[in-house]
Amino acid sequence: MSQSYDRGLVEDFGRWREFSAGMWAWIFHKFTGWVLIGYLFTHIAVLSTATIGEAAYTNTISGLESLLVVRFLEVGLLAVAVFHILNGLRLLFVDLGVGLEAQDRSFYASLVLTGAIVVASVPTFLAGAI
Amino acid sequence: MSTQVTEQEQTEDPAEDQSEHQQRRLAEKAERREARDRMRERAETDLEKADTVFDLKVFRYDPDIPEKEKPRFDTFPVPFTKGMTVLDALMYARDHYDSSLTFRHSCRQAVCGSDALFVNGTQHLGCKTQIVDLGDEDDARVPGTVRVEPLPHQEVVKDLVVDMEHFYDQMNAVEPFFDPDDLPAPDEEQRQARENREKIKMSTRCIWCGACMSSCNIAAGDNEYLGPAAINKAYRFAMDEREGEGKKQERLEIIEQEHGVWRCQTQFSCTEVCPKDIPLTEHIQELKREAVKNNLKFW
Repeated sequence: MSQSYDRGLVEDFGRWREFSAGMWAWIFHKFTGWVLIGYLFTHIAVLSTATIGEAAYTNTISGLESLLVVRFLEVGLLAVAVFHILNGLRLLFVDLGVGLEAQDRSFYASLVLTGAIVVASVPTFLAGAI
Repeated sequence: MSTQVTEQEQTEDPAEDQSEHQQRRLAEKAERREARDRMRERAETDLEKADTVFDLKVFRYDPDIPEKEKPRFDTFPVPFTKGMTVLDALMYARDHYDSSLTFRHSCRQAVCGSDALFVNGTQHLGCKTQIVDLGDEDDARVPGTVRVEPLPHQEVVKDLVVDMEHFYDQMNAVEPFFDPDDLPAPDEEQRQARENREKIKMSTRCIWCGACMSSCNIAAGDNEYLGPAAINKAYRFAMDEREGEGKKQERLEIIEQEHGVWRCQTQFSCTEVCPKDIPLTEHIQELKREAVKNNLKFW
């Protein structure tokens, strides 16, 4: 064999239109996982203001909640968390070998359910902000 | 036939100062050119007569010829005939347009596993994929363009031919052969229970085409990962009760290594592209459970 041509990894994410359900589930699961880890740090930072004193904690929380951006970010956080939980359950079943032939449908179901829960939560999260 | 032509040429052209060998060569060359032109003409009449024509877009690359060093796509118009597969279309293009179009094929009936290709963005077995199935899903229609590329994540040797060496290495790494602990007596049979046969039935169908390995995102990033086909092969023997506990232990040790079953992240890409419909992910998941059970012992 003479030299050969290596096309590298270029085609991978350039072909996202051709990805199947399982692949999307994997990408979303990774993405939401990293978002949740990022949130964990801000979560700890906000909570640790309580070590300064009650007033400092209350001020931080009410300060953040008065920002409209934060309200929208909270809706986004809920979406991310709910999807991660539902897809996590799906993966649990996959690991147990239950319903592997329905893996694409269960991914769509977790997407739809996430959407429904997020829409239902909007009034609660945005109450008083707009 | 070719000797006849050579003799004619010799008598016709005695003045030329050419060796017999060269004359024969030139004659053969002319003959080939004629045949090529004939095929091209035939393709033109075929195209005129055909009801449906589609474009076959094929990846071309040949490192040995300077003009073909740069990868490109060639488009061949192919007249559609009922029951035409991707492999049929490729063979039509090779026979009628460009005899240098290179691809692997052998049995043409999805048994040899030579012609796994990247067709319209998914791994398919060329001989098993009907052109009509590549069109609209709802009504079987011939698509306007069929794009054929070599398998991704493998090095391209020429045109649609990829280097399968790494795939074969991974397959061999799991010792893909029957190796029982005890051999039966000379007059004894090695019987398998029907239930056990059913359990491994699907896993025995692997044809080593490499479509799963090529579709796997993890295998693309981790060259040491055994890959779906090799793990399926390990499953086929680890689950075979005739082999015995000792060999099963050995097999589990191979598959539960760092780059074994635990690299699988259940994207289901392999299961979706497998031309033999082997539930690869299911088999990998079952081996993961076997590996856990093997290591967690509370008694």
